[in-house]
Amino acid sequence: MRVLGISGSLRRDSYNSGLLRAAGDVLPPGAELEIFDGLKAIPPYDADDDLDGGPEPVQRLREAIAQADAVLVVTPEYNASLPGVLKNALDWASRPHATNPLRGKPAAVVGASTGMFGAVWAQAEGRKVLATIGARVLDSELPVPEADERFEDGRLIDPEVEERLGEVVAELVAAAEARAEGLRARAAA
Amino acid sequence: MTSATATAIPAGTYKDDGVHSTAAFSVKHMLATFRGSFARFNAELTVGEDGQAKLVGTVPVDSVVVKDENLAAHLQSPEFFDAEQHPEIRFESTEISLDGPVATLTGDLTIKGHTERVTAQGSVVGPIEDPFGNTKLGLQFETVVDRTKFGLNWNAPLPKGGFMLANDVTLTVDLELLQG
Repeated sequence: MRVLGISGSLRRDSYNSGLLRAAGDVLPPGAELEIFDGLKAIPPYDADDDLDGGPEPVQRLREAIAQADAVLVVTPEYNASLPGVLKNALDWASRPHATNPLRGKPAAVVGASTGMFGAVWAQAEGRKVLATIGARVLDSELPVPEADERFEDGRLIDPEVEERLGEVVAELVAAAEARAEGLRARAAA
Repeated sequence: MTSATATAIPAGTYKDDGVHSTAAFSVKHMLATFRGSFARFNAELTVGEDGQAKLVGTVPVDSVVVKDENLAAHLQSPEFFDAEQHPEIRFESTEISLDGPVATLTGDLTIKGHTERVTAQGSVVGPIEDPFGNTKLGLQFETVVDRTKFGLNWNAPLPKGGFMLANDVTLTVDLELLQG
């Protein structure tokens, strides 16, 4: 099972990117994490540019999603919502709506902030956006508040958060396995 | 339960001809009634020599017809029908009864992997002979189901209270069946 991880923060020492790397350490056996690192290169969405598969950075994103069995979005919270770069990338990924690579794909959203609420509203927004795009979105969330106290040199050092992160990614991988099993059963029928 | 009540319909097998039949739904969307339908479906009525009748219908979810392609895609997503994992809606009658012009249809409706017993009211007309020597039978039924019982839970709150989409959905079938 291949999980594509997307961090909505571009900052070099981002806590959310650290949280995404930590997810790779707690994946169930047999699952692997691929971190998408091309978010900054994605241009502002413009339908006029969405020709022949779109700009190259967008093609990379769409291909990475298509190749993955599940998607893990890790998001900071900007003004009670998703960062523009992340929403912009999801908007590109969602087109065309009927055949976009996120359709039916299991997806989960987690997030960290230095405040008291752990990007909980951004996560809710992320789930709403992904569900509208057609992904199979987990209800689970993981708000990581006061992130500056839970990371050290870019590494997650809070065992409780690590355990909960493990539960979320295990649920995500299980959803991907259930989806694959359902598709196999229908293909055999 | 697969038993059925005797009807006055002549024994035989009747199938929809795919053109003159409709399977549709309507639901209150804020102020107006939103309507959609399915372009493809199969319906088959079998009537035994003893008059026992059974109606079976299947609908491919990906044939949903609405006026916007993005909405059609949304309706097939996991927030609604989840066409990928549950590609078919199925109905299988357990009882069809006729009381004068009024027909009552009871059966098991399966949507998105959830099966609920439903009862629909309507009519059975005919049979008649068409200009080409075929025997035709008309069925019309309507029922109201709570979509949330089938796992179709999507909604959006309105700014001043209430929700955008009603839970009660009216299902209607108008079937012109051809005796095989």
